[in-house]
Amino acid sequence: MIEVKNIHKSFGDNHVLKGISTIFERGKINLIIGKSGSGKTVFLKSIIGLHEIDKGEILYDNRTFSGTKTKFKKTIRKELGMVFQGGALFDSETVERNVMFPLEMFSDMSFEEQRERANFCLKKVNLLNANHLFPSEISGGMQKRVAIARAISLNPKYLFCDEPNSGLDPATSIVIDNLIKDISEEFDMTTIINTHDMNSVVEIGDKITYIHEGQKWWEGSNNDIFSSENKELNDFVFVSKKMKLMMKRK
Amino acid sequence: MKPYFRQIIKEIYKIGISSIGIVIIISVFMGAVITLQTAYNFTSAIIPRYLIGVGARDSMLLEFSSTMVGLILAGKVGSNIASELGTMRVTEQIDALEIMGINSAGYLILPKIIAIVFFNPFLCMISMFVGIGGGYAIALFTESVTPENFILGIRAFFIPFYITYSIIKTILFAFIIASVSAYQGYFVKGGAIEVGKASTRAVVYSSILILLFNLILTNLLLG
Repeated sequence: MIEVKNIHKSFGDNHVLKGISTIFERGKINLIIGKSGSGKTVFLKSIIGLHEIDKGEILYDNRTFSGTKTKFKKTIRKELGMVFQGGALFDSETVERNVMFPLEMFSDMSFEEQRERANFCLKKVNLLNANHLFPSEISGGMQKRVAIARAISLNPKYLFCDEPNSGLDPATSIVIDNLIKDISEEFDMTTIINTHDMNSVVEIGDKITYIHEGQKWWEGSNNDIFSSENKELNDFVFVSKKMKLMMKRK
Repeated sequence: MKPYFRQIIKEIYKIGISSIGIVIIISVFMGAVITLQTAYNFTSAIIPRYLIGVGARDSMLLEFSSTMVGLILAGKVGSNIASELGTMRVTEQIDALEIMGINSAGYLILPKIIAIVFFNPFLCMISMFVGIGGGYAIALFTESVTPENFILGIRAFFIPFYITYSIIKTILFAFIIASVSAYQGYFVKGGAIEVGKASTRAVVYSSILILLFNLILTNLLLG
Protein backbone atom coordinates (compact mmCIF):
# COMPACT_ATOMS: atom_id res chain seq x y z
CA MET A 1 0.00 0.00 0.00
CA ILE A 2 1.18 3.50 -0.82
CA GLU A 3 -0.18 6.44 1.10
CA VAL A 4 0.13 9.98 -0.19
CA LYS A 5 -0.65 12.79 2.28
CA ASN A 6 -1.25 16.35 1.16
CA ILE A 7 1.62 16.62 -1.31
CA HIS A 8 2.58 19.90 -2.94
CA LYS A 9 5.04 20.49 -5.74
CA SER A 10 5.99 23.69 -7.52
CA PHE A 11 8.39 24.51 -10.33
CA GLY A 12 9.28 28.15 -9.77
CA ASP A 13 5.98 30.04 -9.69
CA ASN A 14 4.12 27.14 -11.24
CA HIS A 15 2.25 25.34 -8.45
CA VAL A 16 1.66 21.94 -10.08
CA LEU A 17 0.47 19.70 -7.24
CA LYS A 18 -1.86 21.40 -4.77
CA GLY A 19 -2.29 19.09 -1.80
CA ILE A 20 -3.16 15.65 -3.15
CA SER A 21 -3.97 12.89 -0.65
CA THR A 22 -4.90 9.34 -1.56
CA ILE A 23 -4.20 5.68 -0.87
CA PHE A 24 -3.10 3.15 -3.49
CA GLU A 25 -4.06 -0.30 -2.35
CA ARG A 26 -2.10 -3.50 -2.69
CA GLY A 27 -3.18 -6.05 -5.28
CA LYS A 28 -5.27 -3.46 -7.10
CA ILE A 29 -4.78 -1.58 -10.34
CA ASN A 30 -4.79 2.07 -9.33
CA LEU A 31 -5.22 4.47 -12.22
CA ILE A 32 -4.36 8.15 -12.22
CA ILE A 33 -6.27 9.92 -14.95
CA GLY A 34 -6.52 13.52 -16.06
CA LYS A 35 -6.08 15.88 -18.98
CA SER A 36 -2.66 16.63 -20.44
CA GLY A 37 -0.96 19.17 -18.18
CA SER A 38 -3.10 18.33 -15.16
CA GLY A 39 -0.08 17.17 -13.15
CA LYS A 40 -0.38 13.38 -13.56
CA THR A 41 3.23 12.76 -14.52
CA VAL A 42 4.57 15.14 -11.87
CA PHE A 43 2.38 13.32 -9.34
CA LEU A 44 3.71 9.92 -10.39
CA LYS A 45 7.31 11.12 -10.49
CA SER A 46 6.89 12.68 -7.05
CA ILE A 47 5.62 9.39 -5.63
CA ILE A 48 8.66 7.52 -6.91
CA GLY A 49 11.01 10.29 -5.80
CA LEU A 50 12.17 11.60 -9.17
CA HIS A 51 10.78 14.96 -8.05
CA GLU A 52 11.41 16.08 -4.47
CA ILE A 53 8.08 17.24 -3.02
CA ASP A 54 7.80 20.66 -1.32
CA LYS A 55 5.29 19.61 1.32
CA GLY A 56 3.41 16.49 2.42
CA GLU A 57 4.31 12.88 3.01
CA ILE A 58 4.62 9.67 1.00
CA LEU A 59 4.55 6.30 2.77
CA TYR A 60 5.34 2.91 1.28
CA ASP A 61 3.68 0.32 3.55
CA ASN A 62 3.92 2.80 6.44
CA ARG A 63 7.60 3.55 5.70
CA THR A 64 8.15 7.25 5.11
CA PHE A 65 9.76 7.78 1.71
CA SER A 66 9.63 11.54 1.18
CA GLY A 67 12.37 13.61 2.77
CA THR A 68 14.39 10.55 3.84
CA LYS A 69 18.07 9.97 3.18
CA THR A 70 19.18 8.76 -0.23
CA LYS A 71 20.39 5.46 1.24
CA PHE A 72 16.93 4.61 2.59
CA LYS A 73 15.28 5.78 -0.63
CA LYS A 74 17.52 3.37 -2.53
CA THR A 75 16.29 0.50 -0.35
CA ILE A 76 12.69 1.29 -1.26
CA ARG A 77 13.56 1.94 -4.90
CA LYS A 78 14.87 -1.60 -5.19
CA GLU A 79 11.28 -2.68 -4.47
CA LEU A 80 9.91 -0.56 -7.32
CA GLY A 81 9.39 -1.41 -10.94
CA MET A 82 8.74 1.36 -13.41
CA VAL A 83 7.51 1.31 -16.99
CA PHE A 84 8.27 4.65 -18.62
CA GLN A 85 6.17 6.27 -21.32
CA GLY A 86 8.76 5.64 -24.03
CA GLY A 87 9.99 2.37 -22.51
CA ALA A 88 13.36 3.91 -21.49
CA LEU A 89 15.18 0.77 -22.60
CA PHE A 90 18.96 0.99 -22.78
CA ASP A 91 19.78 1.47 -26.47
CA SER A 92 23.18 -0.16 -26.32
CA GLU A 93 21.92 -3.38 -24.72
CA THR A 94 19.93 -6.22 -26.26
CA VAL A 95 16.41 -7.08 -25.11
CA GLU A 96 17.73 -9.88 -22.92
CA ARG A 97 20.49 -7.73 -21.37
CA ASN A 98 17.94 -4.98 -20.67
CA VAL A 99 15.86 -7.40 -18.63
CA MET A 100 18.95 -8.87 -16.97
CA PHE A 101 20.27 -5.43 -16.02
CA PRO A 102 18.51 -5.04 -12.61
CA LEU A 103 19.43 -8.62 -11.74
CA GLU A 104 23.05 -7.98 -12.61
CA MET A 105 23.10 -4.89 -10.41
CA PHE A 106 21.21 -6.14 -7.37
CA SER A 107 20.98 -9.93 -7.25
CA ASP A 108 23.51 -12.56 -6.27
CA MET A 109 22.41 -14.75 -9.16
CA SER A 110 24.96 -16.31 -11.49
CA PHE A 111 24.95 -15.24 -15.14
CA GLU A 112 22.98 -18.34 -16.13
CA GLU A 113 20.41 -17.79 -13.38
CA GLN A 114 20.01 -14.16 -14.46
CA ARG A 115 19.48 -15.30 -18.01
CA GLU A 116 16.92 -17.86 -16.93
CA ARG A 117 15.03 -15.25 -14.90
CA ALA A 118 15.14 -12.77 -17.81
CA ASN A 119 13.71 -15.39 -20.14
CA PHE A 120 11.01 -16.22 -17.59
CA CYS A 121 10.00 -12.52 -17.47
CA LEU A 122 10.09 -12.23 -21.26
CA LYS A 123 7.87 -15.30 -21.47
CA LYS A 124 5.45 -13.68 -19.00
CA VAL A 125 5.04 -10.74 -21.37
CA ASN A 126 4.72 -13.09 -24.36
CA LEU A 127 7.92 -11.94 -25.96
CA LEU A 128 9.83 -14.81 -27.39
CA ASN A 129 12.62 -14.91 -29.97
CA ALA A 130 13.56 -11.27 -29.48
CA ASN A 131 16.33 -11.79 -26.91
CA HIS A 132 19.18 -10.76 -29.14
CA LEU A 133 17.51 -7.81 -30.81
CA PHE A 134 18.24 -4.23 -29.83
CA PRO A 135 15.43 -1.86 -28.75
CA SER A 136 15.66 0.01 -32.05
CA GLU A 137 14.94 -3.23 -33.91
CA ILE A 138 11.59 -3.96 -32.24
CA SER A 139 8.15 -2.31 -32.40
CA GLY A 140 6.71 0.14 -29.85
CA GLY A 141 4.41 -2.52 -28.39
CA MET A 142 7.32 -4.93 -28.03
CA GLN A 143 9.40 -2.21 -26.36
CA LYS A 144 6.64 -1.70 -23.79
CA ARG A 145 6.61 -5.43 -23.12
CA VAL A 146 10.37 -5.49 -22.62
CA ALA A 147 9.99 -2.52 -20.25
CA ILE A 148 7.38 -4.46 -18.27
CA ALA A 149 9.61 -7.54 -18.23
CA ARG A 150 12.50 -5.43 -16.94
CA ALA A 151 10.27 -3.80 -14.33
CA ILE A 152 9.16 -7.17 -12.90
CA SER A 153 12.52 -8.92 -13.11
CA LEU A 154 13.39 -8.20 -9.47
CA ASN A 155 9.89 -9.17 -8.25
CA PRO A 156 8.93 -5.64 -7.18
CA LYS A 157 6.31 -4.86 -4.55
CA TYR A 158 5.21 -1.74 -6.38
CA LEU A 159 4.75 -1.31 -10.11
CA PHE A 160 4.45 2.12 -11.74
CA CYS A 161 3.49 2.68 -15.35
CA ASP A 162 3.55 6.09 -17.03
CA GLU A 163 1.11 6.03 -19.94
CA PRO A 164 1.90 2.47 -20.99
CA ASN A 165 -0.51 2.72 -23.94
CA SER A 166 0.72 5.91 -25.50
CA GLY A 167 1.51 5.48 -29.17
CA LEU A 168 -0.07 2.03 -29.37
CA ASP A 169 -3.11 0.94 -31.36
CA PRO A 170 -6.27 0.07 -29.34
CA ALA A 171 -5.83 -3.69 -29.70
CA THR A 172 -2.19 -3.65 -28.53
CA SER A 173 -3.17 -1.25 -25.73
CA ILE A 174 -5.66 -3.74 -24.35
CA VAL A 175 -3.08 -6.53 -24.57
CA ILE A 176 -0.62 -4.39 -22.56
CA ASP A 177 -3.33 -3.45 -20.04
CA ASN A 178 -4.34 -7.04 -19.46
CA LEU A 179 -0.70 -8.04 -19.20
CA ILE A 180 -0.15 -5.48 -16.44
CA LYS A 181 -3.32 -6.61 -14.67
CA ASP A 182 -2.38 -10.30 -14.82
CA ILE A 183 1.15 -9.66 -13.61
CA SER A 184 -0.05 -7.41 -10.78
CA GLU A 185 -2.52 -10.03 -9.58
CA GLU A 186 -0.07 -12.88 -9.93
CA PHE A 187 2.69 -11.15 -7.96
CA ASP A 188 0.32 -9.26 -5.61
CA MET A 189 1.81 -5.87 -6.41
CA THR A 190 0.61 -2.34 -5.69
CA THR A 191 0.22 -1.07 -9.24
CA ILE A 192 -0.18 2.58 -10.21
CA ILE A 193 -0.83 3.50 -13.82
CA ASN A 194 -0.83 7.00 -15.24
CA THR A 195 -3.11 7.18 -18.25
CA HIS A 196 -5.67 9.13 -20.20
CA ASP A 197 -6.84 6.13 -22.14
CA MET A 198 -10.50 5.46 -21.34
CA ASN A 199 -10.18 1.89 -22.62
CA SER A 200 -7.74 1.20 -19.78
CA VAL A 201 -10.13 2.79 -17.30
CA VAL A 202 -12.94 0.49 -18.36
CA GLU A 203 -10.77 -2.58 -18.80
CA ILE A 204 -8.55 -2.67 -15.71
CA GLY A 205 -9.25 0.31 -13.38
CA ASP A 206 -9.91 -1.10 -9.90
CA LYS A 207 -9.46 2.32 -8.39
CA ILE A 208 -9.36 5.58 -10.32
CA THR A 209 -8.06 8.93 -9.14
CA TYR A 210 -8.97 11.88 -11.33
CA ILE A 211 -6.50 14.77 -11.20
CA HIS A 212 -7.60 18.22 -12.36
CA GLU A 213 -5.38 21.31 -12.15
CA GLY A 214 -3.07 19.65 -9.65
CA GLN A 215 -5.83 18.54 -7.31
CA LYS A 216 -7.71 15.31 -6.70
CA TRP A 217 -11.24 15.92 -8.03
CA TRP A 218 -12.71 12.48 -7.96
CA GLU A 219 -11.95 8.96 -6.77
CA GLY A 220 -13.83 5.73 -7.42
CA SER A 221 -13.95 2.52 -9.42
CA ASN A 222 -14.44 1.92 -13.13
CA ASN A 223 -18.08 1.05 -12.39
CA ASP A 224 -18.74 4.44 -10.79
CA ILE A 225 -16.97 6.66 -13.30
CA PHE A 226 -19.77 6.76 -15.89
CA SER A 227 -22.43 7.56 -13.32
CA SER A 228 -20.50 10.32 -11.58
CA GLU A 229 -22.01 13.78 -11.52
CA ASN A 230 -18.67 15.52 -11.17
CA LYS A 231 -18.68 18.08 -13.99
CA GLU A 232 -14.91 18.18 -14.62
CA LEU A 233 -14.74 14.39 -14.66
CA ASN A 234 -17.65 14.17 -17.09
CA ASP A 235 -16.00 16.78 -19.32
CA PHE A 236 -12.90 14.60 -19.37
CA VAL A 237 -14.68 11.27 -19.86
CA PHE A 238 -17.28 12.41 -22.38
CA VAL A 239 -15.23 14.69 -24.58
CA SER A 240 -17.31 13.96 -27.63
CA LYS A 241 -20.74 15.69 -27.73
CA LYS A 242 -22.22 12.62 -29.41
CA MET A 243 -21.04 10.44 -26.56
CA LYS A 244 -22.53 12.84 -24.01
CA LEU A 245 -25.86 12.67 -25.82
CA MET A 246 -25.75 8.88 -25.95
CA MET A 247 -25.12 8.68 -22.20
CA LYS A 248 -27.99 11.07 -21.49
CA ARG A 249 -30.34 8.93 -23.59
CA LYS A 250 -29.23 5.84 -21.69
CA MET B 1 31.40 -4.14 -8.83
CA LYS B 2 31.29 -6.39 -11.89
CA PRO B 3 28.83 -4.27 -13.92
CA TYR B 4 30.94 -1.17 -13.22
CA PHE B 5 34.08 -2.96 -14.37
CA ARG B 6 32.28 -4.14 -17.49
CA GLN B 7 31.22 -0.56 -18.11
CA ILE B 8 34.83 0.69 -17.81
CA ILE B 9 36.04 -1.91 -20.32
CA LYS B 10 33.22 -0.93 -22.68
CA GLU B 11 34.16 2.74 -22.39
CA ILE B 12 37.86 2.03 -22.94
CA TYR B 13 36.91 0.37 -26.19
CA LYS B 14 34.40 3.05 -27.21
CA ILE B 15 36.41 6.10 -26.21
CA GLY B 16 40.00 4.90 -26.47
CA ILE B 17 40.53 2.03 -28.86
CA SER B 18 38.10 3.40 -31.42
CA SER B 19 40.12 6.66 -31.45
CA ILE B 20 43.44 5.01 -32.37
CA GLY B 21 42.70 5.25 -36.09
CA ILE B 22 42.02 8.97 -36.16
CA VAL B 23 44.99 9.69 -33.86
CA ILE B 24 47.31 7.76 -36.21
CA ILE B 25 46.03 9.51 -39.34
CA ILE B 26 46.27 12.98 -37.80
CA SER B 27 49.67 12.37 -36.23
CA VAL B 28 51.25 11.03 -39.42
CA PHE B 29 50.20 14.11 -41.36
CA MET B 30 51.12 16.48 -38.53
CA GLY B 31 54.59 14.98 -38.24
CA ALA B 32 55.05 15.14 -42.01
CA VAL B 33 53.90 18.76 -42.30
CA ILE B 34 56.00 19.90 -39.31
CA THR B 35 59.08 18.34 -40.93
CA LEU B 36 58.35 19.99 -44.28
CA GLN B 37 57.69 23.40 -42.71
CA THR B 38 60.80 23.23 -40.52
CA ALA B 39 62.90 22.28 -43.53
CA TYR B 40 61.37 25.12 -45.53
CA ASN B 41 62.30 27.64 -42.80
CA PHE B 42 65.85 26.33 -42.21
CA THR B 43 67.39 27.77 -45.36
CA SER B 44 70.60 29.14 -43.92
CA ALA B 45 73.73 27.13 -44.68
CA ILE B 46 75.08 27.63 -41.17
CA ILE B 47 72.10 25.82 -39.56
CA PRO B 48 72.78 22.09 -39.46
CA ARG B 49 70.11 20.09 -41.31
CA TYR B 50 69.68 17.60 -38.45
CA LEU B 51 67.96 20.38 -36.48
CA ILE B 52 64.92 19.72 -38.68
CA GLY B 53 64.61 16.37 -36.87
CA VAL B 54 65.08 18.08 -33.50
CA GLY B 55 62.33 20.60 -34.33
CA ALA B 56 59.89 17.96 -35.59
CA ARG B 57 60.45 15.74 -32.55
CA ASP B 58 60.12 18.52 -29.99
CA SER B 59 57.02 19.96 -31.67
CA MET B 60 55.37 16.56 -31.56
CA LEU B 61 56.39 15.83 -27.97
CA LEU B 62 55.72 19.24 -26.51
CA GLU B 63 52.59 20.36 -28.26
CA PHE B 64 51.02 18.34 -31.02
CA SER B 65 50.68 14.90 -29.42
CA SER B 66 49.03 16.32 -26.33
CA THR B 67 47.26 19.55 -27.25
CA MET B 68 46.33 18.95 -30.89
CA VAL B 69 45.26 15.37 -30.22
CA GLY B 70 43.39 16.66 -27.14
CA LEU B 71 41.50 19.17 -29.25
CA ILE B 72 40.63 16.57 -31.85
CA LEU B 73 39.46 14.14 -29.19
CA ALA B 74 37.39 16.94 -27.63
CA GLY B 75 35.51 16.97 -30.92
CA LYS B 76 35.22 13.23 -31.39
CA VAL B 77 34.88 11.92 -27.84
CA GLY B 78 33.37 15.04 -26.25
CA SER B 79 30.45 15.24 -28.66
CA ASN B 80 29.95 11.49 -28.35
CA ILE B 81 29.77 11.61 -24.54
CA ALA B 82 27.45 14.65 -24.47
CA SER B 83 25.06 13.32 -27.09
CA GLU B 84 24.97 9.83 -25.57
CA LEU B 85 24.17 11.10 -22.07
CA GLY B 86 21.84 13.78 -23.41
CA THR B 87 19.84 11.20 -25.36
CA MET B 88 19.72 8.95 -22.30
CA ARG B 89 18.39 11.90 -20.29
CA VAL B 90 15.63 12.91 -22.72
CA THR B 91 14.52 9.32 -23.31
CA GLU B 92 14.28 8.78 -19.52
CA GLN B 93 17.00 6.11 -19.48
CA ILE B 94 18.78 8.02 -16.70
CA ASP B 95 15.51 8.22 -14.74
CA ALA B 96 15.15 4.47 -15.20
CA LEU B 97 18.57 3.95 -13.59
CA GLU B 98 17.66 6.24 -10.69
CA ILE B 99 14.38 4.38 -10.12
CA MET B 100 16.30 1.12 -9.93
CA GLY B 101 18.29 2.68 -7.07
CA ILE B 102 21.45 3.07 -9.14
CA ASN B 103 23.62 6.17 -8.84
CA SER B 104 23.30 7.15 -12.49
CA ALA B 105 26.20 9.61 -12.48
CA GLY B 106 28.45 7.04 -10.85
CA TYR B 107 27.39 4.35 -13.28
CA LEU B 108 27.48 6.41 -16.47
CA ILE B 109 30.04 9.18 -15.97
CA LEU B 110 32.74 7.71 -13.73
CA PRO B 111 33.61 4.83 -16.10
CA LYS B 112 33.99 7.35 -18.94
CA ILE B 113 36.37 9.50 -16.88
CA ILE B 114 38.39 6.48 -15.75
CA ALA B 115 38.53 5.09 -19.29
CA ILE B 116 39.67 8.31 -20.95
CA VAL B 117 42.16 9.29 -18.23
CA PHE B 118 43.63 5.79 -18.36
CA PHE B 119 43.74 5.42 -22.14
CA ASN B 120 44.59 8.88 -23.46
CA PRO B 121 48.26 8.73 -22.36
CA PHE B 122 48.57 5.67 -24.64
CA LEU B 123 47.01 7.65 -27.48
CA CYS B 124 49.47 10.45 -26.78
CA MET B 125 52.42 8.05 -26.98
CA ILE B 126 51.08 6.50 -30.17
CA SER B 127 50.78 10.00 -31.59
CA MET B 128 54.41 10.80 -30.67
CA PHE B 129 55.77 7.69 -32.38
CA VAL B 130 53.57 7.93 -35.44
CA GLY B 131 54.13 11.69 -35.80
CA ILE B 132 57.89 11.28 -35.79
CA GLY B 133 57.36 8.40 -38.22
CA GLY B 134 55.48 10.81 -40.51
CA GLY B 135 58.47 13.14 -40.39
CA TYR B 136 60.80 10.24 -41.22
CA ALA B 137 58.61 9.35 -44.20
CA ILE B 138 59.13 12.91 -45.50
CA ALA B 139 62.85 12.46 -45.04
CA LEU B 140 62.67 9.20 -47.01
CA PHE B 141 60.50 10.36 -49.86
CA THR B 142 61.48 14.01 -50.34
CA GLU B 143 64.71 15.95 -50.47
CA SER B 144 63.86 18.29 -47.56
CA VAL B 145 66.19 16.41 -45.22
CA THR B 146 68.14 13.20 -45.52
CA PRO B 147 66.96 10.22 -43.43
CA GLU B 148 70.36 10.14 -41.71
CA ASN B 149 70.09 13.79 -40.68
CA PHE B 150 66.53 13.28 -39.50
CA ILE B 151 67.51 10.26 -37.35
CA LEU B 152 70.47 12.20 -35.99
CA GLY B 153 68.11 15.08 -35.17
CA ILE B 154 65.51 13.05 -33.31
CA ARG B 155 68.29 11.54 -31.17
CA ALA B 156 70.03 14.84 -30.42
CA PHE B 157 69.43 16.95 -27.28
CA PHE B 158 66.66 14.65 -26.11
CA ILE B 159 65.06 15.75 -22.83
CA PRO B 160 63.00 12.88 -21.30
CA PHE B 161 60.98 15.34 -19.21
CA TYR B 162 59.22 16.48 -22.39
CA ILE B 163 57.42 13.12 -22.46
CA THR B 164 56.42 13.43 -18.80
CA TYR B 165 55.20 16.97 -19.49
CA SER B 166 53.15 15.78 -22.44
CA ILE B 167 51.62 12.90 -20.48
CA ILE B 168 50.69 15.22 -17.59
CA LYS B 169 48.94 17.54 -20.04
CA THR B 170 47.17 14.63 -21.72
CA ILE B 171 45.80 13.32 -18.43
CA LEU B 172 44.42 16.74 -17.52
CA PHE B 173 42.96 17.27 -20.99
CA ALA B 174 41.34 13.84 -20.86
CA PHE B 175 39.72 14.71 -17.55
CA ILE B 176 38.50 18.04 -18.98
CA ILE B 177 37.00 16.37 -22.08
CA ALA B 178 35.16 13.68 -20.11
CA SER B 179 33.90 15.84 -17.24
CA VAL B 180 32.83 18.89 -19.26
CA SER B 181 31.10 16.79 -21.90
CA ALA B 182 29.44 14.52 -19.35
CA TYR B 183 28.16 17.56 -17.44
CA GLN B 184 26.69 19.07 -20.61
CA GLY B 185 24.99 15.82 -21.60
CA TYR B 186 23.83 14.69 -18.16
CA PHE B 187 21.95 17.90 -17.37
CA VAL B 188 20.18 18.32 -20.71
CA LYS B 189 16.54 19.37 -20.51
CA GLY B 190 14.20 19.17 -23.47
CA GLY B 191 14.53 17.21 -26.68
CA ALA B 192 16.72 16.49 -29.68
CA ILE B 193 17.59 20.14 -30.34
CA GLU B 194 18.89 20.60 -26.80
CA VAL B 195 20.95 17.41 -27.13
CA GLY B 196 22.56 18.88 -30.26
CA LYS B 197 23.24 22.17 -28.49
CA ALA B 198 24.72 20.36 -25.49
CA SER B 199 26.98 18.42 -27.81
CA THR B 200 28.23 21.64 -29.42
CA ARG B 201 28.73 23.29 -26.01
CA ALA B 202 30.70 20.25 -24.84
CA VAL B 203 33.15 20.59 -27.74
CA VAL B 204 33.50 24.37 -27.46
CA TYR B 205 33.93 24.50 -23.67
CA SER B 206 36.32 21.53 -23.62
CA SER B 207 38.44 23.10 -26.38
CA ILE B 208 38.63 26.47 -24.62
CA LEU B 209 39.54 24.84 -21.31
CA ILE B 210 42.19 22.70 -23.02
CA LEU B 211 43.81 25.79 -24.53
CA LEU B 212 43.64 27.65 -21.22
CA PHE B 213 45.10 24.79 -19.18
CA ASN B 214 47.73 24.23 -21.86
CA LEU B 215 48.99 27.74 -21.17
CA ILE B 216 48.80 27.35 -17.38
CA LEU B 217 50.52 23.94 -17.34
CA THR B 218 53.23 25.05 -19.76
CA ASN B 219 53.97 28.02 -17.55
CA LEU B 220 54.02 25.83 -14.45
CA LEU B 221 56.07 22.96 -15.86
CA LEU B 222 58.38 24.66 -18.35
CA GLY B 223 58.22 28.34 -17.37
